[in-house]
Amino acid sequence: MGIFSFFSKDKKEKLDQGLEKTKSSLFDKISKALVGKSTVDDDFLDQLEEILVTSDVGIETTLKIIDRIQKRVAADKYINSSELNKLLKDEIAKLFDESGLYENDFESEKSNKPYVIMVVGVNGVGKTTTIGKLAHQFKSTGKNVVLGAGDTFRAAAVQQLKIWGERNGVHVVEHGMNTDPASVAFDALKYATENNSDIVIIDTAGRLHNRVDLMNELGKIKRVMSKIIPDAPHEVLLVLDASTGQNAFEQAKQFTAATEVNALALTKLDGTAKGGVVIGIADLFKIPVKYIGVGEGIDDLQLFNKHEFVDSLFN
Amino acid sequence: MFESLSSKLEKAFKTLKGQGKISEINVAETVKEIRKALIDADVNYKIAKQFTDTVKEKALGQNVLTSVTPGQLLTKIVNDELTLLLGGKTEEINLVGSPAVILMAGLQGSGKTTHSAKLANYIKKKGRTVMMSACDVYRPAAIEQLKVLGEQIGVPVYFEEGNNNPVSIAQNALKAAKDQGASVLIVDTAGRLSVDEEMMAEIGNIKNAINPNEILFVVDSMTGQDAVNTAKAFNDVLDFSGVILTKLDGDTRGGAALSIKSVVNKPIKFVGMGEKMEALDQFHPDRMSQRILGMGDIVSLVERAQQVFDEEEADRIQKKLLKDQFTFEDFYTQIQQIKKMGNIKDLMAMIPGVGKAMKDIDISDDAFKGIEAIINSMTPGERKTPDIINGSRRKRIANGSGTDIQQVNQLLKQFEEMRKMMKTFSKMGGGGMPKGLMPKMPFGR
Repeated sequence: MGIFSFFSKDKKEKLDQGLEKTKSSLFDKISKALVGKSTVDDDFLDQLEEILVTSDVGIETTLKIIDRIQKRVAADKYINSSELNKLLKDEIAKLFDESGLYENDFESEKSNKPYVIMVVGVNGVGKTTTIGKLAHQFKSTGKNVVLGAGDTFRAAAVQQLKIWGERNGVHVVEHGMNTDPASVAFDALKYATENNSDIVIIDTAGRLHNRVDLMNELGKIKRVMSKIIPDAPHEVLLVLDASTGQNAFEQAKQFTAATEVNALALTKLDGTAKGGVVIGIADLFKIPVKYIGVGEGIDDLQLFNKHEFVDSLFN
Repeated sequence: MFESLSSKLEKAFKTLKGQGKISEINVAETVKEIRKALIDADVNYKIAKQFTDTVKEKALGQNVLTSVTPGQLLTKIVNDELTLLLGGKTEEINLVGSPAVILMAGLQGSGKTTHSAKLANYIKKKGRTVMMSACDVYRPAAIEQLKVLGEQIGVPVYFEEGNNNPVSIAQNALKAAKDQGASVLIVDTAGRLSVDEEMMAEIGNIKNAINPNEILFVVDSMTGQDAVNTAKAFNDVLDFSGVILTKLDGDTRGGAALSIKSVVNKPIKFVGMGEKMEALDQFHPDRMSQRILGMGDIVSLVERAQQVFDEEEADRIQKKLLKDQFTFEDFYTQIQQIKKMGNIKDLMAMIPGVGKAMKDIDISDDAFKGIEAIINSMTPGERKTPDIINGSRRKRIANGSGTDIQQVNQLLKQFEEMRKMMKTFSKMGGGGMPKGLMPKMPFGR
């Protein structure tokens, strides 16, 4: 079930149908995987490789997973097919374990008040939409939320965030288009402090991570915030599009270098893309995936669950 | 993590040396490396497999000529095959019709609105009157976004406040375009997932209502394995006529381009290369293929070199080289020209095969400083006839340039080797060397 339980029944059935073939053949392979031996057969590993690679897990991480499976099987021996199935999912889920702890709900008290979230990412991944949905989640647990319209570059981005503000009934601090985003962030934090807000979420313009000037600008926005609240932003949320391939690694690397990213959001998981690239990213950079986006509606944001995510790769 | 293909192939071919023909055994490891590189570049798993099978077939039994290494030969086969697959010639946009109607379609965040405006700007510059129509009634402020962009480029935007039916907006826009005598109408639509049946039916209805001349599938060049599913699903519904590949100014390898081309066999008509309204370029299959392979962009290097190098100066030096009259003064001039081309490391990285070797070496723009200092410490006579530089002169030059005698010796030796090499080239006839590009450069420390 997992992620897919949030689709309408129709869509879920469609998806399941489409995935049926892959699923049954992998499970066929698992049952044929030479029970009781200390090695897994090549056919099974080939099949596994295909599933992982076509989910955008990437070659390096795929080989790492396969290596782990082979070692476990060599050590444990006499493994049956259902055990192998479980072992496989466990080994993948483990890659998320060292990526840090994160709160399991939207209600719990945040470590700071106001708790400042800065949202970053390349163009078109869904930063503004994610902010709109995040604001809704926090608001519905009784928290007082303020948004900062820091995307002053893309045409009508401020307008887009203001509409989300209206939908949620939360205040949006904005200076209009083509203004200094750092000063928007500064004023948003100031407003939040003066009005005793619980959460501030700062939007930023999408930027490609190889643009040094624009990455420096992000660093500046971040620095300016600490003038109002010394340890702000408490959360730097990198938004990744589930349909992005291996370039997401570079995105994670460059945005982390510029702003010390400490949380990930994976969007557009309601499509056919699996977003497997976050497995390698969480493992390599030790950054936890916190949220997933599963649609355009205001409720379509969920907390990340590694087991459901891993299941979805094989379902 | 993303080692370039050429360096991987160099590694794989180490086991291949001394073989006269490419055979089943010696090609297997290499083909695996090519497949890995393609998957790293986000080419779809199955397509990468098909592709490498084709390459293997073509490579088997080929004689390895003495002048090229098996690695070079195979890289060439891969590159040629890839370029072929990505499409031969650049295809122009179809603007026949009055008005010519262009429908934009794609996933959320692929860049449809931005590229509607870029395309409008491109067509307008060709002297046509363009109108855009805002049919994204779902994303907040999407209509506003197109209006702002329309204003920036001076193209009118048809929109209907409060109308939630994109089909009727598109129809009315077509009427308005006819009434106002616009010769091209660009219809922007909402982003949609290929599994969203309702939304896919809607764009099918928009297509039927306005009968577009061009349907452009807008896709993010950073897309991963899912590119095949999405492209196929959109093509099944729309039978689109071309592709716009966006955000190519990033550092993605762009394997999605190959996946899409293989699955739907529609031409990539444009690439988006930046956020400015002018940042829309034609698609070059050969450059894309080199990018996917991580082969370095030799074309860009040559183009940049052409921009900077003074043609006459290059000719003059070429002649001197051939006549063995190349002096330290000429060498100095060449260094200045190379420096004009930009950051040395960037330039070197563009040369296939060099990228890997230079990865860990920190070459700053000061790389030539030592050489320049040594040349500056020579007398005019010494620069013209290096043969006169004896032991005591060497000592003086080392002192004057703040280097040591070993460095001076090294430079003199390399300079002599370079001259010898040029002599050999001129004997071989035809000049041999590419214009303006120096042979083996003696890098100082």
